[in-house]
Amino acid sequence: MTEELTYTGRVHPKKFSLWLLLLGILMLFSGLTSAYIVRKGDGNWYNFELPSVFLYSTIVVLLSSITMLYAYRSAKKDEITGIKIGLSLTILLGIAFGFTQYMGWVQLSENGLHFVNPKYGDRVSASFLIAIAAIHLVHIFGGLIYLSVILGKTMKLQVHKKNTLQISMCNTYWHFVGFLWVYLYLFLYFAPDF
Amino acid sequence: MSTAVAHANTEEHHHHKESFISKYVFSMDHKMISKQFLITGIIMGLIGMGMSIAFRLQLAYPDTSFPILEWLFGSKWAPDGKLDAGYYMALVTMHGTIMVFYVLTAGLSGTFANLLLPLQIGARDMASPFMNMLSYWFFFLSSIVLLSSLFVETGPASGGWTIYPPLSALPKAMPGSGMGMTLWLVAIILFIASSLLGGINYISTVLNMRTKGMSMTRLPLTVWALFLTAVLGLLSFPVLLGGGLLLLFDRGFGTSFYLSDIYLGSAGALEHTGGSPVLFQHLFWFLGHPEVYIIIMPALGITSEVIAINSRKPIFGYTAMVISLLGIAFLSFIVWGHHMFITGMNPLLGAVFLVTTLIIAVPSAVKTFNYLATLWRGNIRFTNAMMFAIGLVSFFISGGLTGIFLGNATLDIQLHDTYFVVGHFHIVMGCAAIFGMLAGIYHWFPKMFGRMMNKPLGYLHFWLTFISAYLVFFPMHFIGLAGVPRRYYAFTLLPEYGVWADVNVLMTLAAILGGIAQLLFIYNFFSSIFIGKKASQNPWQANTLEWTTPVERIHGNWPGEIPTVYRWAYDYSNPAYEEDFKMQNVPDEGQDVELFETKKQSVLSTNDESVVENTNFFDLIRNWFKPRTA
Repeated sequence: MTEELTYTGRVHPKKFSLWLLLLGILMLFSGLTSAYIVRKGDGNWYNFELPSVFLYSTIVVLLSSITMLYAYRSAKKDEITGIKIGLSLTILLGIAFGFTQYMGWVQLSENGLHFVNPKYGDRVSASFLIAIAAIHLVHIFGGLIYLSVILGKTMKLQVHKKNTLQISMCNTYWHFVGFLWVYLYLFLYFAPDF
Repeated sequence: MSTAVAHANTEEHHHHKESFISKYVFSMDHKMISKQFLITGIIMGLIGMGMSIAFRLQLAYPDTSFPILEWLFGSKWAPDGKLDAGYYMALVTMHGTIMVFYVLTAGLSGTFANLLLPLQIGARDMASPFMNMLSYWFFFLSSIVLLSSLFVETGPASGGWTIYPPLSALPKAMPGSGMGMTLWLVAIILFIASSLLGGINYISTVLNMRTKGMSMTRLPLTVWALFLTAVLGLLSFPVLLGGGLLLLFDRGFGTSFYLSDIYLGSAGALEHTGGSPVLFQHLFWFLGHPEVYIIIMPALGITSEVIAINSRKPIFGYTAMVISLLGIAFLSFIVWGHHMFITGMNPLLGAVFLVTTLIIAVPSAVKTFNYLATLWRGNIRFTNAMMFAIGLVSFFISGGLTGIFLGNATLDIQLHDTYFVVGHFHIVMGCAAIFGMLAGIYHWFPKMFGRMMNKPLGYLHFWLTFISAYLVFFPMHFIGLAGVPRRYYAFTLLPEYGVWADVNVLMTLAAILGGIAQLLFIYNFFSSIFIGKKASQNPWQANTLEWTTPVERIHGNWPGEIPTVYRWAYDYSNPAYEEDFKMQNVPDEGQDVELFETKKQSVLSTNDESVVENTNFFDLIRNWFKPRTA
């Protein structure tokens, strides 16, 4: 197709399509957290405290939102170094998030809560926790790939004041998956008390 | 505006250099993609129909040998020409999957959303032609994966198209739970990807790319229906994806989301505890119910358009039609429990689902009433498309009425898993949607291929299909009321059902007749592509914008400027005008053309984000409902 596109709306169709994709992802997690609630309602459910390291995950992901915002603001101000620093920090924090998640699963497993708990039917609660966190982590990895692509484009000087669509879409996606984790954290933290 | 024209011309210039591959294979032109969806859908439909005839033969003549079955399926699955019992289940499963997802979801909305959305709203293509192409190829790949499961050693998935655990979650449960089931899941995940890519594109296109003057309230009802269908898909398919992922974890890693401590004959007690198979049903039907509206809504949209055009009357109650579509779309998300009345759910919850289910009858009845009121005293032209559209109305009524039976929890306890259910959903969603799809094909064939289909053959196709469809599915209600269960391979060991043997023979003969009728259609379709009569630009004298494009179907749709819209799509037989139709792009004499003139140039580079700045979400929503000015 051509490089140009005619449209009459006030938002770029690519960006609009991203919002719709995020809506789809939101439905995926609504489905999973609803499944959690439904299964918990059936009884035979083991309540446990969330691994403490998940709190660090939350802090890390919020920090990464700030660095992402810094990169985006720098792009709007045409400060290429700022974009590079912002994006690199975001990628590092994203990797750190993945690491804290892994630590959390290790912590769980040290307490006898595994992804697969064949002998204890009530510990499906742990399977749910890990499945939801892992499916979320896949979206974080998607975001890391996206960030790397944008970083590559920045290196080639393709991201600047007059070309912010890509980085602004990346910005939207990253904040979304970040806040999605905050929602999941709060959900998983408070769900046992419902 | 001159830049827009210049721009359109350069665009055309670009597209003339297309190679065979970029024009016919990896095409990004929405019209070509719609043909790809249609032809893939037709091929899948033939396969699905062939399967149904094979298992109908088994039901009518359980002890008879049909050498053709052995020739088709091999001596493993049809030894001595008699279907293997497990393979019978596999055929039923594959028939359901193919028809529901591949023919009536992708084949129907994939074809018509691609063809009609840009043409009817006045856009040169979809919001993202690339995503559109990906959507088709994911669908194609998914079809190949699904069909390849027919050739694996243990056979295709055979636990029913609803893939309830434990049969779907335990690879060892039965032959069809093995590799065939894994391929089924992979195929559906690819299908969900295709459906999301397509759906996101359709929504984005309708909301952002309408031409000048095309407000939401001037959209043809086909566009409304296809748009809301895409919304339903976007909101419901991810939930199935979630459910499917948990199922994959159970199958692959040994988790216990859906599996509890089951004893399996061959493997002894299983190492699974604590899972809930009903949980899967919740997740499945949260997609599954909207899915039936994903199937029927495009067909209803097509019918609205075809009936209005061929009655030469404005559609009766346009606003009511839109509101009832919105109502159906909303209600479809809160009725899924009516598929699960006998799972032991809380009776209070069952009562809630009962009420929401019966409320769906209201918008459905509004639509039916409006179809009939549009036909009432119309100057009806019985084109092939019109016959099929009226056929849809017939099926929608007779199938919808039995839905009211099944929606009642108390009646459903008796009728669940009987042929009553099979009869109900085949009429209301199978036949009605297929008739809508056929109406659409007959109606828009001139737009797709520039030629007309053979009319007498079309009539023959209609009557044979209509009669055979009722003969197959109507008797099912009676045997269902008598308690004959669905998904049984043969009733020879159950003498109490012996009285229904003749009815089964009748249904099978009717199914074969229906199959022959579809071969007529296939001949008509493919031969008309090459030798059909050349179509004129507006053969049905319709009002919508697709008939303002040249017959040659150029990339970019309109050679010059995109037409501006001055009216709604249903100005038929308006006494104020001489002709009995007035196209959407024709202004009234003295109509204030200035009103629609350009305020701001709207050709922007894909990377220009200036319009996005300082725009908040609510302004956007408000903006969508205003007529486009620029």
